[in-house]
Amino acid sequence: MTDTMTVTGAAALAAAARPWTTGTERPFVRIDRITKKFGDFTAVDQVSLDIFKGELFCLLGGSGCGKSTLLRMLAGFETPTSGKIEIDGQDMAGIPPYDRPTNMMFQSYALFPHMTVEKNVAYGLLRDGVHKSVVRDRVAEMLKMVQLHTLAGRKPHQLSGGQRQRVALARSLVKQPKLLLLDEPLGALDKKLREETQFELVKIQETLGVTFIVVTHDQEEAMTLSTRIGVMNAGRIIQVGEPPQVYEYPNSRFVADFVGTVNLFEGRVIEDEPDFIRLAVQDLPVTGEGSGAASAGGAGQIYVGHGVSCTIDQPLWYAVRPEKMRLSRHASDAPNSYPVWVEDVAYMGNLSVYRLKLPGGRYLLASKANLSRYEEDTISWGEHAWVSWDDTAGVVLTQ
Amino acid sequence: MSAATGIARGRTGRLLRRLGFSGRALVIAVPVVWLLVFFLVPFLVVAKLSLSQSAIALPPYLPLVEWDEGMAIITLNFGNFTFLLDDPLYINAYLSSLKIAFISAAAALVIGYPIAYYIARSPEGRRNVLLMLVILPFWTSFLLRVYAWQGFLRSNGVINNFLLWTGIIDQPLVMLQTNFAVYLGIVYTYLPFMILPLYANLVKLDDSLLEASADLGARPLSTFFHVTLPLSMPGVIAGFMLVFVPAIGEFVVPELLGGPDTLMIGRVLWNEFFSNRDWPVASAVAIAMLVILVIPIMIFRRAQAKEEAL
Amino acid sequence: MRASTLLLVFCIAGFIFLYAPIVSLIVFSFNENKLATVWSGFSTQWYVALFQNAQILGAAWISLKVAVVSATLASILGTLAAYVLVRFGRFRTRSLLTGMSAAPLVMPDVITGLSLLLLFVAMEQAIGWPAGRGMTTIIIAHTTFCMAYVTVVVQSRLSDMDESLEEAAMDLGARPARVFFDVTIPVIAPALVAGWLLAFTLSLDDLVVASFVTGPGASTLPMVIFSKVRLGVSPDINALATIIIGIVALGVFVASVLLRRKPTRA
Repeated sequence: MTDTMTVTGAAALAAAARPWTTGTERPFVRIDRITKKFGDFTAVDQVSLDIFKGELFCLLGGSGCGKSTLLRMLAGFETPTSGKIEIDGQDMAGIPPYDRPTNMMFQSYALFPHMTVEKNVAYGLLRDGVHKSVVRDRVAEMLKMVQLHTLAGRKPHQLSGGQRQRVALARSLVKQPKLLLLDEPLGALDKKLREETQFELVKIQETLGVTFIVVTHDQEEAMTLSTRIGVMNAGRIIQVGEPPQVYEYPNSRFVADFVGTVNLFEGRVIEDEPDFIRLAVQDLPVTGEGSGAASAGGAGQIYVGHGVSCTIDQPLWYAVRPEKMRLSRHASDAPNSYPVWVEDVAYMGNLSVYRLKLPGGRYLLASKANLSRYEEDTISWGEHAWVSWDDTAGVVLTQ
Repeated sequence: MSAATGIARGRTGRLLRRLGFSGRALVIAVPVVWLLVFFLVPFLVVAKLSLSQSAIALPPYLPLVEWDEGMAIITLNFGNFTFLLDDPLYINAYLSSLKIAFISAAAALVIGYPIAYYIARSPEGRRNVLLMLVILPFWTSFLLRVYAWQGFLRSNGVINNFLLWTGIIDQPLVMLQTNFAVYLGIVYTYLPFMILPLYANLVKLDDSLLEASADLGARPLSTFFHVTLPLSMPGVIAGFMLVFVPAIGEFVVPELLGGPDTLMIGRVLWNEFFSNRDWPVASAVAIAMLVILVIPIMIFRRAQAKEEAL
Repeated sequence: MRASTLLLVFCIAGFIFLYAPIVSLIVFSFNENKLATVWSGFSTQWYVALFQNAQILGAAWISLKVAVVSATLASILGTLAAYVLVRFGRFRTRSLLTGMSAAPLVMPDVITGLSLLLLFVAMEQAIGWPAGRGMTTIIIAHTTFCMAYVTVVVQSRLSDMDESLEEAAMDLGARPARVFFDVTIPVIAPALVAGWLLAFTLSLDDLVVASFVTGPGASTLPMVIFSKVRLGVSPDINALATIIIGIVALGVFVASVLLRRKPTRA
């Protein structure tokens, strides 16, 4: 911390809030080459991860990707087959769940059905031998924070889903754990409630300063909540980054496709210059313009406005998100412009999604924000149009 | 998904083992040792005794192993088993037990299935009441319920008195001390064991399956035979076996409701033991009964495993 | 519509079949006539006779003691077996325990009774315990076969229970034994009660096993009833049946009221 204070104002603040960018601060949670096998099945495969104090870190992935197993190893419910977990400098090997400085909020909430809200929240403190009067105050304080103080005497089955979720949160926070593990904390709530609760969760996390690790399969939730996201697949961490980084600069086809919607093209390099490259893509139509049409061998081209370390003829992938595309009636002068046929338009309220068919038969998705309530002469289904995007709109992926 | 459920199962156990939870071995040992000593070992004792010779002594058999100058002399006596084969009484008793148990179980199935189906399809409030009504007789004494049938079936009993009064018959029917009374008694006392597993299975039946079948053009009866019945087979087998297997060895019902010629193996065993005091032959009868029971018990276990997998 | 009406009629007939003999038992327990088949007037004389029958009262007392002790032991052992089977994953004696805890459910009484008696005789010869036969041996026998029923009931409740509940308690600082008593036991309590009651009833009901393993001086109620019933009509048995049915009905009523106030699901 003291090092960064010497740096000027805003940068110092940003660095303090984003310790992973500086590389000087000691990580709070250190996951070092953790592997977990269940018989022949490798649930978690050589995962290494550093998480810093005060972070709200999201593990994002589909079902069976190993994110929950990783969380359960942090909580102490599973033993790593190999590797090491350190929390606040302390090696967690051999430490049972009841002696760990972590608490967990379960996906099912796991509220004790035979205890009142108050007793549920008090349970952890009582196990630590905290004095009864202190317990009472702390529980009351906690229930007030999650706005459940009026329901302290109720049993879990007398609560709504949202209320149960808050009891589970209060119960896991009341012991002031160094690290809170949340397994799909919002998974059981309906959409509206989930969106409200997301912000509440972030607020509580910021107020208490506890480090959160959240497991979720919902990429929107991960984007909204987290300081950083770790995208997992098949037991491995594929990419770690802040939400915009993961969304705009995915490091692989998997991440590009899993986080958000993407149009993915497979191509090969036909021109490799320091400040641009050109890809030949079989799926795209030849538009006649641009140099090196001959080397594309009858395939369409994508122009990428920055250098990429690659070699001629190397196969690459190119990902461009629907909202980065533009749709017009006439060919545009953008570097990448192709004729399409509008097959369908899905009106979603805030935006419209166009399903476009390329001459070769391949489909693309493009979206357009509905900025005004009424637009004259919008492009509709059954029309011929042109789709285009800038030379900075997409990402080149090597894996 | 199967990998994930495999992981979830018994995870507390893995955790406890890892924690070196010292009580773990003890917790396993207590029920295992109890059942070994009081369930498994007794069968070995029965097996041993079935090979011994009967004697007028206390206890009334000769030891299997005799120590003679430091040498163990084991006298195996298969005579008890050849005796069972030679005397048609035993073979007939086995066959008649199987027949009575099978017919009773089939009858219980025919009576129990509609009841279980009706309860399972009832609204939840009524369902619990009806289920309670099925279980309630089971909580009252088995012996007394069989005794109640004596009062019903005897020649001056309730049924005959009623029929004579209405004029349908003018001579009392002979019902007590017949095989018919035995069937009736077994079906009556074991009916809850048929209804409960059937109910447990049928209540899980998804309504939308029946609706889908109807939607695809099947009439109710056709839906029943093509959807409901096949899906309820594990329940049918479990219920059938829960009646069939214990009924083979039934003693009280044939003793109280059957005639002197109602041959059932449980009764034969009882008489060998208590009247003839021939413990080795009684043991041989028990071993032979166990051998007969092994197959239906295995079928039962299979049905149970299938039911759990649902 | 026709099919469902038929079903209803069938059901009603089924319930009449189940209850008619029981109702007749109750009715004839108040009959003046000794024949117990012809109604000749209301009387409570058989109840008086019942409460003067020292043999029946003594046997009932023995049966009650045996049932309470066996049901309690069976509940403890059965719960342990169920917990081990559901929660302990793989262990060496697992398949052995699975088989042994299910087989008594379908084992004919005569075999259970005979095999246990032979065991007790052999044990007495070998180690001198149990010395003679009586209440102790009946309790051991009843515990063994009742345990299987408790195991089944508790097992199904345990598998329905969310394992996260136990993990949550552990996560909040409770050690394994504490978790078992704080969380597992309260959550499976309804199954424990049901299992205990089932074991109690089975023990109280058993004639065959007890007849084999008992010794002189320890006659249970079913044994006394059996010897009386074998000889023919005995109206005081009707009175006894009525009392038992009354107690059971009351018990079921109280239990259902108590259970209704509690949440049915964990």
